[in-house]
Amino acid sequence: MKMESGRLNNLEYHLKLPTSTKDIEKLHAGDIVYLTGKIFTARDETHQLMLKKNKKHIPFDPSEMACFYCGPLMKKENNKWIVLSAGPTTSSRMEVFENKFIEKFNVNIIIGKGHMGKKTENTLNKHKGVYAVFTGGAGALAADKVTEVLNVYWLKELGMTEAAWIFKVKEFGPLVVAIDSHRGSIFKEIKNLT
Amino acid sequence: MENKDLVKGVVQLIKKAEIELPNDVVIALKNAYKIEKGIAKIQIENILKNIDIAKKTQRPLCQDTGLQTFFVKIGENSPYIGILKNLITEGVKSATKEIPLRPNTVDPFTQLKDTNNIGDFIPDISWDFVRGSKVEIIAIPKGAGSENMSKLKMLKPSDGILGVKKFVIEEIKKAGGNPCPPTVIGIGIGGGADLALYLGKKALIRPIGTRHKDKKIAAFELDLIKQLNKSGIGPMGLGGKTTVLDVHIEKAHRHPASLPVGLIVQCWANRRAQMVIHENGKWEVK
Repeated sequence: MKMESGRLNNLEYHLKLPTSTKDIEKLHAGDIVYLTGKIFTARDETHQLMLKKNKKHIPFDPSEMACFYCGPLMKKENNKWIVLSAGPTTSSRMEVFENKFIEKFNVNIIIGKGHMGKKTENTLNKHKGVYAVFTGGAGALAADKVTEVLNVYWLKELGMTEAAWIFKVKEFGPLVVAIDSHRGSIFKEIKNLT
Repeated sequence: MENKDLVKGVVQLIKKAEIELPNDVVIALKNAYKIEKGIAKIQIENILKNIDIAKKTQRPLCQDTGLQTFFVKIGENSPYIGILKNLITEGVKSATKEIPLRPNTVDPFTQLKDTNNIGDFIPDISWDFVRGSKVEIIAIPKGAGSENMSKLKMLKPSDGILGVKKFVIEEIKKAGGNPCPPTVIGIGIGGGADLALYLGKKALIRPIGTRHKDKKIAAFELDLIKQLNKSGIGPMGLGGKTTVLDVHIEKAHRHPASLPVGLIVQCWANRRAQMVIHENGKWEVK
């Protein structure tokens, strides 16, 4: 597919987290990415809670990780959490506050499914970030890319779905870059077609 | 003792629905894989891999294990009529722990989450009475990504079926990748507002590739499939040929002054399983 950036071929990247601005700028809408490192899950309630809290009181460093819109299905076995199914949730629910979230926590990769809006696109351009998508519903496949559950925050307050889970992932993907840091967007291209 | 065994059956029913997709859905996805290219093909490949992994490792296909939804046909002579609601509810509770399922029920006022996937009016059960002594329970755990794209429109009768077509195409285009396409579309036409939506959801039970028995409605289904797949939305809204796997329509007679359309969107994970309870208490899940 011909993309916004005018390139005809989709490239494939294998990146280590945290990623540098240089890495981010290499990515264009339509590229395929695999991530290795730490990611944290955050849905509606996690976003609201983290935006309310003083940055000093956030018990992990979001800027070191990718933010994954996901409410995983977890199971405790022998006192250890294991992830059973962990696909993305609909990203457009986070559109209302994602710009503030990126600005506050310096997250440069967000992962979800479906489209995101203009506000996020502008912020990704300004702060050099990308929005990538993982195949929705492919929860078992995504869970298999998680090598370790490192921690969980606000589990009691928010419950399994909305808590912030910290996952160690290996070759998490294939992700598709949906919005890049150069205002390239796979959705714009499709809209032009329809 | 007998009832405990039936609760086990309900757990088995939910487990089957959450872990294994019906064959007709898998075949439709495999056909989509054949015709897609590039990013769209990668999406379908991920989906097919996911189906394999879930089956092999006996884990739910999707982390959103859905709102527990059932359609029940009760044989009027079944000895289990009085206990069915309790059976299904107990089954949901046990399934939540055994499979397990994600706790997915929240009180809209207090925001309190139930740990057993039950709550006011949930599990969502629709009842129907039929001749005979068998009970048939169909489980369709419904995820929110797709359900959030569902819509009701009270059309004017003068809008006619063309109005229905316009509304459906517009809404599916607006939904884009949000409901995890390729989707299955259930459309209820007629009745009051609630009946239209109920029929839309009930339409999802029909296997992929089966057409409405009325030829005119069947032709309308085929036309909608064609139009929606021409939209270019494609798997996960990333562009491609397969936006829907199927469109199913059910109709009711309408009031002279209204033409309600209930549009229910279902993700590619068109989870569906069936349990039959015989008069003697024996059951099977398929």
